Amino acid sequence: MITNSLTVDRSAFETATGWQLKPEGACKGEVCIPLTEAPEGETVNVESLSTQLGLALVHDADKGLWAIGPETLGGRALATAVAPELTLPDLDGNEFSLSSLRGKKVLMVAWSPY
Amino acid sequence: MWQALRNELHPQGLEVVTVGMDTAGPEACRHFIEAASPEHPSLIDANHIVAAKFGIINIPNSIWIDEDGMIVRPAEAAPAPPSIEVERTNPFGGMTEFPDRATAIMSEAVHIEASPAEYEAALRDWVGNGADSVYALSPDEVIARSQPRDDNTSKGQAHFAMATHLEQLGDHAAAIGHFRMAHQLVPDNFAYRRQAWSLEPGGDADSPFARFWQGPDEGNEEAWPYDSEWVADVQAMGAANYYPKFTP
Repeated sequence: MITNSLTVDRSAFETATGWQLKPEGACKGEVCIPLTEAPEGETVNVESLSTQLGLALVHDADKGLWAIGPETLGGRALATAVAPELTLPDLDGNEFSLSSLRGKKVLMVAWSPY
Repeated sequence: MWQALRNELHPQGLEVVTVGMDTAGPEACRHFIEAASPEHPSLIDANHIVAAKFGIINIPNSIWIDEDGMIVRPAEAAPAPPSIEVERTNPFGGMTEFPDRATAIMSEAVHIEASPAEYEAALRDWVGNGADSVYALSPDEVIARSQPRDDNTSKGQAHFAMATHLEQLGDHAAAIGHFRMAHQLVPDNFAYRRQAWSLEPGGDADSPFARFWQGPDEGNEEAWPYDSEWVADVQAMGAANYYPKFTP
C-alpha cells in the first residue's frame, strides 16, 4: 500500500493489507491480533498499526510517500490458509473478485509477459 | 496455455484464473491473452498484489483454492501442460534472426527443469478427489509451505510496491532505486528481478525480444542499473534449481 500520509482511510488499509480492524483486534482469517487501542473512526494511524502487526514501513522523503509491507507475524507469507480476497481488472478494466468463485475449485496461475 | 485443460475439467467444478503481473500494465499482457483467448477469468496485476498476498517469488506460479475459499496448496512452480496454444502465444514467431543474448538465454533455459506431467496428474487427482487427494494439504501444512517472511522480506515488498508506483507515475529513475532495495533485501525473489530487468529493454528496442533481454547490452554494461542479470544469475544458481521440484 502506498500513501502520502501516515493517517489513512480505514477501509483502504483493510483492503490493502487484508487485516480487518475489529473491536477484538486486527483479524485475518481465524487469526486475531489484539491491538493496544480499539480502532475507532474512519481513519487509522499506519505507524502504530505497522509496529503492532510487524508491517514494514518504507519512506521516500523526496517523493513524500510511504509504502507499507505485509505482516511478518508467524514468519511465513501466509498467516492463515484462508484465501485472501483479491480484486483485479481484466484487459477491459472489468473488476473480478476471487471470492466470486466460492463453490468451485480454483487453480490460480500468476505469470508475466517477459 | 491452460485453456484446454480448464475446459476439460470445468464441468467437474474447476475454474482457472490467470493473473498477468506487469508494472507496464494491461497493454503489455494483451498480445498473450488475446492469442490464448481464454474463457476463464484472465486478470491484470500491475502492482504484483497477488504475489504480495500469496507469497509468490517466481513466475509462473500457481495456488490451489478449494470450494470453501481455503488455500490447499500455496504458491509453487506451475508448469503449463504442453499445448498448441504455446505456438500461438510465441512472441518471437515473426523473428528470423536472434541476437547473441537470446542464444545465451536459451542455452541456460533448456536446462530449467519442470514436471508438467506430474503437476497435471496432481491437479486431476485433486479435481477428482477433493479433500481426499494426497495433494490437498492441511491448513497448517499450507502455512508451513508458504514462503518464509522476515522483516527484510516485508521491507523489500514495500520497496517493490514503491518502485511499481513510481514507475507508473513515469518516474523511472526513482523507481530503479527502490527496485534495487527490493533486490538486496529479498535476494531469492526472482519475480522482483525479472520485473525490473524487463523495464530496461535491450538490443533493438522495437524487437519482441527487447523485454526478454533481461540484462545489459554488450559494450554498454555501465548503463545497466542493476547488480544482477538473468544469464549470470541462472548460471550461479544452476538452471536445474530455477524452479523447486514439485513436492506432493
